[in-house]
Amino acid sequence: MWALTLYRSTIGKKMIMAVTGLVLVVFVIGHMAGNLQQFLGPGRMNAYAAFLKSTGELLWIARLGLLAATVLHVLMAYQLTQIKRAARPIDYTRREPQVSTLASRTMRWGGVLLLVFIVFHILHFTTGTVFPVASRPDAQYPAFSHTDVYGNVVSAFRNPWVVLFYVVAMLFLLLHLFHGAWSSVRTLGLSKPSPDPLHRRVSTVIAVVVWLGFTAIPVAVFFGVIR
Amino acid sequence: MNLTLQVWRQPGPEADGGLKEYQASDISPDMSFLEMLDVVNERLIEAGDLPIAFDHDCREGICGSCGMMINGVAHGPSKATATCQLHMRSFRDGDTIVIEPWRARAFPVIRDLVVNRGALDRIIAAGGFISAPTGSAQDANAIPVSKQDSDAAMDAAACIGCGACVAACPNGSASLFTGAKISHLGLLPQGQPERFRRALNMVTQMDLENFGHCTLFGECQEACPKQISIDVISRMNRDFLRAAVTAPSDRAASGGDG
Ligand code: HEM
Ligand code: FES
Repeated sequence: MWALTLYRSTIGKKMIMAVTGLVLVVFVIGHMAGNLQQFLGPGRMNAYAAFLKSTGELLWIARLGLLAATVLHVLMAYQLTQIKRAARPIDYTRREPQVSTLASRTMRWGGVLLLVFIVFHILHFTTGTVFPVASRPDAQYPAFSHTDVYGNVVSAFRNPWVVLFYVVAMLFLLLHLFHGAWSSVRTLGLSKPSPDPLHRRVSTVIAVVVWLGFTAIPVAVFFGVIR
Repeated sequence: MNLTLQVWRQPGPEADGGLKEYQASDISPDMSFLEMLDVVNERLIEAGDLPIAFDHDCREGICGSCGMMINGVAHGPSKATATCQLHMRSFRDGDTIVIEPWRARAFPVIRDLVVNRGALDRIIAAGGFISAPTGSAQDANAIPVSKQDSDAAMDAAACIGCGACVAACPNGSASLFTGAKISHLGLLPQGQPERFRRALNMVTQMDLENFGHCTLFGECQEACPKQISIDVISRMNRDFLRAAVTAPSDRAASGGDG
């Protein structure tokens, strides 16, 4: 069976990572663009959130799809990491990276941090289970509310530790995208031959735009631009 | 020039190994790296010690026999250069040079700096060939090949199978090697009949040999003495995907006289 042939090979496993990774890239771009409505005030942001919730089954299909993509992505990352560890049981005393980027070398640990971030993020803004109290509480938005997304964001990012965690996580997302958005196209064999194969333009733009868009919100709240 | 060497010494495949320090004194900057080791070895032999074992043959960068990790870089500091073509003028007087064998589970150490690269041969044997009836080969000029394809095929065919790509890869992946072999045949008309079966079988063998996967670090193409591009990896992946999706398993049996 072809799916099994793929699953059994390192190339196939990496292709699963690439496809699921690209699904997450598309999601992350959309999520970032949607979130920027926080800058347009409570009316727009809460209407957007209400609209997403009103899609009912569609929302759940999207959520399950993202969950499946994430689980497969992490599972393949884990399996390939085991394979690669076994491939060099005795390491060099000295090995000097020549051209590999910081981004490519932090895919694994950065990926683990992203996983921790994703779990925290869902418990934080989706369910409100973990909602660190603001160190500068705001009388207007005292606690988590399932209907006031705008207010949740404002009160969440008054806590400097929460802001720091989000900012650091987005730096790792920047790195992950800088490598991943480019490498996934090559993994899937969709790239054209290039005189400078390590050069990437599109994925640099994607990574920087996503990073700026996501980072802007906690930073803007913290410094009182969004209140 | 005078150098301090830290060389991996390992008496045999099962034996424990370790870095040992040697002084390489009065070395001419015009010597090649292997000639420098020859000088060190002569002195070791004179002193009644075992010489440092390393692989070499042509010493002109075309056979792929030589190769060692020099100061953490496969084939040392010169770009697009096999160890035998590396010259001592690339180093400075007084330098310390760490010399280690290629490290991979698929490349067990035989002795000192000599590793067994049979895994690469087995990948070739799994599909790195074309079938042509002997004695009745048609005139090569009768088969048109586009300039782009022939250039790309020749670039891939420059692979000398030294294993530097595996050695330099943080994952110990043989993707550049396997991709080069798959591409140089797969780009040419003569390689078409077995194209997808070849990709399937060579990739399967590559995995069986316990090489790691490709993260696209790019270290392999930088280490390659023949400057083979990671484009061959994309090509391999494309052919492998096609093969996995279209080839029924009965057609995946290996080639030969069919
Ligand atoms: C959930 C936690 C995550 C983990 C543990 C993780 C882990 C990894 C690892 C280890 C790799 C490199 C695989 C390799 O070549 O060795 C990778 C690649 C990739 N990741 Fe993630 N990742 C995570 C989340 C994400 C997210 C949120 C996105 C998208 C926004 C993403 C997109 C990608 C892409 C596109 C690739 C490239 C695949 C390829 O090179 O073919 N990942 N991931
Ligand atoms: S000895 Fe032949 S390539 Fe170096």
